[in-house]
Amino acid sequence: MTGGKLLTAVVAPTIALAIAFLLAAIVLRLVGIDPGFAYAEMWDFGTSTESLISGVNRAIPLYVSALAVAIGFKMGLFNIGVEGAYLLAALVAASVGALYSITPVLHVLSILIVAAIVGAIWNGLAGWLKVTRGVHEVISTIMLNFIAFSFSAYLLLNFFQADSGGLTVATAQIPDTGWVPSLNFALEWFGVEPRAGSDLHGFLVIAALLGIFYHYLVNRSRFGYDLRASGINASAAHASGVNPNSMVLKTMMISGALAGMVGMSELLGFSHQYVQDFPRGFGFDGIAVALLGRGHPAGMAFGALLFGFLERSALILDLRDIPREIVTIMQGVIVLTVVIVYEVISRYVQRRTVAAAAAATAGADDKVEVGT
Amino acid sequence: MTQEAAVHLSGVTKRYPGVVANKDVELKVMPGEVHAVVGENGAGKSTLMKIIYGMVRPDEGTITINGEETHFRSPKDAIDAGIGMVHQHFMLADNLTVLENIILGSEPVSGVQIDFADATERIRSLGEAYGLKLDPSVRVEALSVGQRQRVEIIKVLYRGARILILDEPTAVLVPQEVDDLFDSIRELKAEGQTVIFISHKLDEVLSIADTITVMRGGETVGTTTPDEVDARQLAEMMIGSELPNPETRESTVRDEIILDVEGLSLSSEDGRELLSDITFSVRAGEIVGVAGIEGNGQAQLVDSLIGLTTEATGVVKLNGENISDDVTRDRRSDGIGLIPEDRHRQGLLLSSPLWENAALGHQYGAPYAKSVWIDKKGAREQTAEIVRTYGVKTPSVDVPATALSGGNQQKLVVGREIMANPHVLIAAQPTRGIDIGAQAAVWEELKQARADGMAILLISADLEELIGLSDTIHVLFEGEFVAELDPSEVTPETLGTYMTGSARAETA
Repeated sequence: MTGGKLLTAVVAPTIALAIAFLLAAIVLRLVGIDPGFAYAEMWDFGTSTESLISGVNRAIPLYVSALAVAIGFKMGLFNIGVEGAYLLAALVAASVGALYSITPVLHVLSILIVAAIVGAIWNGLAGWLKVTRGVHEVISTIMLNFIAFSFSAYLLLNFFQADSGGLTVATAQIPDTGWVPSLNFALEWFGVEPRAGSDLHGFLVIAALLGIFYHYLVNRSRFGYDLRASGINASAAHASGVNPNSMVLKTMMISGALAGMVGMSELLGFSHQYVQDFPRGFGFDGIAVALLGRGHPAGMAFGALLFGFLERSALILDLRDIPREIVTIMQGVIVLTVVIVYEVISRYVQRRTVAAAAAATAGADDKVEVGT
Repeated sequence: MTQEAAVHLSGVTKRYPGVVANKDVELKVMPGEVHAVVGENGAGKSTLMKIIYGMVRPDEGTITINGEETHFRSPKDAIDAGIGMVHQHFMLADNLTVLENIILGSEPVSGVQIDFADATERIRSLGEAYGLKLDPSVRVEALSVGQRQRVEIIKVLYRGARILILDEPTAVLVPQEVDDLFDSIRELKAEGQTVIFISHKLDEVLSIADTITVMRGGETVGTTTPDEVDARQLAEMMIGSELPNPETRESTVRDEIILDVEGLSLSSEDGRELLSDITFSVRAGEIVGVAGIEGNGQAQLVDSLIGLTTEATGVVKLNGENISDDVTRDRRSDGIGLIPEDRHRQGLLLSSPLWENAALGHQYGAPYAKSVWIDKKGAREQTAEIVRTYGVKTPSVDVPATALSGGNQQKLVVGREIMANPHVLIAAQPTRGIDIGAQAAVWEELKQARADGMAILLISADLEELIGLSDTIHVLFEGEFVAELDPSEVTPETLGTYMTGSARAETA
């Protein structure tokens, strides 16, 4: 068993990565670029202290987004709506958080709660539509994304915009009691001193806590059991007493609450206000990271860091006249190969487990001779 | 016998790490005969069939098909050699039509288009030749189990099979469907097809087979014919010991009514009556049997009792309390146990470890959960207890349920339900598709639970099981209880006449 688990957990992603780098190398070769040179440049640039910090900072929202997506995956729900939910949640949380100033920790916590509630309601809408009207969540969450994009722009321009006098359209600044401090002080303990302006976001700690929360919720709690049972065999879960409708609604709301956290590292750790060009795309990339990590909290952390690193090191490619879309190709290929390789390996492991179980039980039967 | 065998296996051995699944197997199937292979689960029948069908390659021995030694690398080679297999669990796409399912993978092409007319014609002629009547344009989801099986058989014939392997074909059928199947098998034989028929239902084997090969512990222990043996001798060859018997000895029925159902009715969306005015009660220590041909409302009855269907009208009382409006979860935690008719669909999480499967339906409290958390330690201990008590053969409680044989999966389901000590246990087809040894174990457990005062509702297609175990039998026909019978006075034949609706009796 442990051998099988190790095989799927380590070998599958390794093979997938190797294949992805190989395919990307072929593409690079086809456009006339030496892949060795491109990879060396990416590695050199990507492993500088500033790049590593930036890579981790990118990984944080990706990871939280992956958690939000993965919890839906566990019961066979595809929440494509993380993107819309986090933008809307960040906007409302930024506006609310700017209204008051209280004790630092409580201020941050209250902002997080607002974001979670907004996300839960927004994705909960898709759950509600599925339960009451039978609308498939993929359709409704895609639609809700578009609504969220326009709705948040409308809210920002008409209600939440602060009179900053500047050129950017943004909400008012959150007072510094609502900021999450950088973790550079911790880096300094290890003798790492990043250049000025290169801050390791403190939300890293909260993201790790969310990962632990996810693990306990999914793998240890009764709710998580019902969730996974519904994902594996909905009829059996129903017969065991799980109410499928309330499960859909709850799961979409929890997914949405996690989605609400996606924009918080940017908001509380960096910009401190919601600007019109608040970073986008984490909701969609989170789907890829969730697939990459197979819904496993540590696997998704690895996937998020990998994506963060790739995106950061892609920045050097422009300067070397190499199309940086090559990184997007790699990300896509990695996800595809992970899904395929994982499937192949898990089938192999399952066959082996079944054979071993058959062998072990037949071994208990004294009528069967033990072979040499 | 100078004639060449259609299938001849000699000295076939297949080892898995540590054990031999098949040892020195000898099997000789003559062309045009119906050859039954019988044996308990785990006796090596499945491995043997997989070897013939090219899914598993033997370590030793020779396989000769129509006189030619063969080494199949995959089922495709076997299909090319004219061998076809109908699996116990059907492999059909529900949302495709019969026609589409049959041609799937071997579509007749004219130009770039699929030649549906040609395919339809061939299916019709196959159907007529072998008495396998089917409308090719119907979607598979609308078909009964028996009809689906016909689709599988035609699919195999459509690909030109001359040797058919039927893996436990009657396990999922009701008596009337079995008769139809046997008629088809006789037609196949008359047309010169060779049929290998795997079963553990001995009466059926004796009635359909020309030759019988018995397997036990991975070996072929003998070959015989129906003229030479009776069911009892055959069974003893199979299990090598005394026969099990479903009969319960004395009545343990107590006074208190546990489950009381009054006027339970249910209509489908298009207004058809699925259940009409079902009234009965189950007392402590009583087994109430429900006989009936599948599709006469059994599934709806179970779903209504367990709360999966909420549209039913009427009153369901558990220990005198009206639970008609309760949700499934409350009903289950109030003490309704369920052995579902299809363990794969409603009873198991196949890819999850055994201990998570043992918790299914009982995940709301001790020993499987503590407050809001799953108690993994408690659950594993409880599962180990179930494995021990109910003789589930498994290397550990951490293997996925899919690794167990059907009989062992069922023992786990039966064990977890009885172990939870419900007030009333709904046992739907509790011994379907499992071998004699496991069947005897399940019967024994049900009898023991009854003696301990559990109220049991037994819904079964196995008439001997019903007559042997029940204290009272109701016959369900077209959603109605048409007769209440005393099992000590009823024979399978009379029960059969009620089940087909050709006789009705006043319910007491």
